[in-house]
Amino acid sequence: MNRIRKAGKEEEIDSGNQESRRSKQFPRFLVCWLSHFLLIFSCVPAFLISSSSAADVVIGSKKFTESYVLGEVAKRTLTDAGIPAEHRQGMGGTIILWEALKGGQIDAYPEYTGTIATEILKTDSNVSPDQIRSSLEKLGVGMTAPLGFNNTYALVMRRSEAQRLGIRTLSDLQRYPELKFGLTHEFLEREDGWRPLRERYGLPQQNFIGIDHALGYSALANGSIDVKDAYSTDAKIEESDLVVLEDELHFFPKYEAVFLFRPSTRADAIAALRCLEGTLDETRMIRLNAEAERTKNYAKAADLYFNGRDGAARRPYQNFGDSFSRKLARWTLRHLQLAGFSLLLSIIVGIPLGIVASRGGAVGHVILGFAGVVQTIPSLALLALLVPLPFFGISVRTAIAALFLYGLLPIVRNTATGLQDIPRTLRESAVALGLGPIARLWEIYLPMASRSILSGIKTSAVINIGTATLAALIGAGGLGEPIISGLNLNDHVTILEGAIPAAVLALLAQWFFDLLDRVLIPKGLRL
Amino acid sequence: MKLQDVSKRYGDAIAIHPANLSVESGKTTVLIGPSGCGKSTLLRLIIRLIEPDSGSIEFDGKPVTPDNINVLRRRIGYVIQEGGLFPHLTARANVLLMARHIGKSPQETQNRLLELSDLTRFSENLLTRYPMELSGGQRQRVSLMRALMLSPELLLLDEPLGALDPLVRAALQKDLKEIFTRLGQTVLFVTHDLAEAIYFADQIVLMNEGRIIQRGTISDLREKPADPFVSEFINAQRGIASV
Repeated sequence: MNRIRKAGKEEEIDSGNQESRRSKQFPRFLVCWLSHFLLIFSCVPAFLISSSSAADVVIGSKKFTESYVLGEVAKRTLTDAGIPAEHRQGMGGTIILWEALKGGQIDAYPEYTGTIATEILKTDSNVSPDQIRSSLEKLGVGMTAPLGFNNTYALVMRRSEAQRLGIRTLSDLQRYPELKFGLTHEFLEREDGWRPLRERYGLPQQNFIGIDHALGYSALANGSIDVKDAYSTDAKIEESDLVVLEDELHFFPKYEAVFLFRPSTRADAIAALRCLEGTLDETRMIRLNAEAERTKNYAKAADLYFNGRDGAARRPYQNFGDSFSRKLARWTLRHLQLAGFSLLLSIIVGIPLGIVASRGGAVGHVILGFAGVVQTIPSLALLALLVPLPFFGISVRTAIAALFLYGLLPIVRNTATGLQDIPRTLRESAVALGLGPIARLWEIYLPMASRSILSGIKTSAVINIGTATLAALIGAGGLGEPIISGLNLNDHVTILEGAIPAAVLALLAQWFFDLLDRVLIPKGLRL
Repeated sequence: MKLQDVSKRYGDAIAIHPANLSVESGKTTVLIGPSGCGKSTLLRLIIRLIEPDSGSIEFDGKPVTPDNINVLRRRIGYVIQEGGLFPHLTARANVLLMARHIGKSPQETQNRLLELSDLTRFSENLLTRYPMELSGGQRQRVSLMRALMLSPELLLLDEPLGALDPLVRAALQKDLKEIFTRLGQTVLFVTHDLAEAIYFADQIVLMNEGRIIQRGTISDLREKPADPFVSEFINAQRGIASV
């Protein structure tokens, strides 16, 4: 630290002197960097602009099968009515969808009355749909009448286990404190979730863990857990031979499916969504859900809704013919754009910050501290924090901003370390020769720190490629898309369709940067 | 080059007591003294790697200020023990760095480079090598070429031969002395080795604990020591080296 402070002091000594002219040689390695990146990312502006949808109506959906299917049904209904519509699948949880609706990134999404009452309006879950509708109107959001089914929370068990223990109702659980519960994170936290339920029924179980919804079914099937929360229309209930425990105290509120929409959405679109009111009962919804999980294709499951209703000839789904290789190419391209553009930003911002930080002092500490703190925020939480901010919302921008922040620390830290590691004698030689501060930085210090800076960039690139899979959670696409659908469908093949290419991409990036090292690190430093 | 009442302290420790020193044009002045006596600090004050706390430094009759220091630095050559060559640049690029930076014509710099490689006995074939590919002695020759590139009026050498083995050191001593004589170069040379000082010096300046104790020729120091320390220093070195 002493050394840096001293170096800083020496800078001051000749700060008054400026070069009569700047060196003509722009450092070669920087020119190389810039040209490489310009080459790779010349396509970026185009995709940023096109990320705002061309469709008139954008439907969002939450990250679970039924929401996906309802989103597809809505999209199909709208397109059948001649309204260009887009469906952004599996954008996240309630808050993310609600913010996106209010922010205008989406025009409609499927929601449940119980969720609206407790999570959005923060009121009692016993309010009637009409009361809910008028409260929402005040917030500037419209709501259709219920679609016809009640998808409430339920606790489920393996049928065999329930029969063996003689458990039929939620009260029966009191007798078996050793049962293991695996509950979704949302259920654990909800106002109408685990804590009040436990109080109401006096449940003694201490052994409960938070687990992803789809993974929870596997855990239940293999006996890792005994009880889990579920939705009463889950296809898995029939498929996996589970029983729903009776809610004899009527603890769970009604969760009737509706569509929430922006009143400013074109009138014929709202009218079309209204046509769905009262057309879907529980049996039918379970069938659609089962179809979606069986075929791994939400559009196809949505077809079932239309076929069953009016017997119309089945229309080929436009995207159904998408071959795997085309999907993979699309995911990969988007993934590269996300990781690449954010990396470019990290470099542009990170290197100057690193230069400042290398001089130590209060400012240097603040910079390194800030970059370090950002790194400790879990990536999912960072995304969730950015979504409600103006300008960000549910968009590619948010994903890039989060990735940019993540990529910053390695670059800032390695730039600072690389510069600080330059021996004092060499710094002094540069000063003693009569080079000005800027020339010293460009021609001596930065090239000498290039190995360290490049290795910081390499680390950032690999981190970004991994973290970019989370971008799919907020609808930004990329290789996270199949991973999330796969988690959702509990389908390992689909997960691997995203995970393997992402891993390969990370390896390729590593290899690419190793190659870049040879071009950009001056030969004299590689001997 | 003239230093007047120049002093430097680090916290409570006094590195240089107010000192006066002038370097005679065309002559070699050697700063000598035990480790930590402040001789390198004095050199670093001259080229303003550190700022003096008091006193003034004059170069060519004009005071050295933060405003003119970078221009003056180009009129002063500076060579340190480890050479101070930039590892990412070839020997040639190291030597030409400043000349290119201030926009000297390629023809002019090329001629000067050949002149210097001849003067310092550094083979032209080695100019494309990186510092890592050169021996210690070769590196010091390149460092000297870099320092002499812009024909400086003053050459500062801070223990330039301290890290070399005896054979290389002897050869370089001989070459250096020849170069100084041929160029009529004004030199301020720092060493802790008395034999080396005697070999190079027109004037010896002996320092101890941040003070200049005595200046003069070696016979002045031997015959009219200003202080018991002077004899002590000379006799201590005589014990090992044949003076």
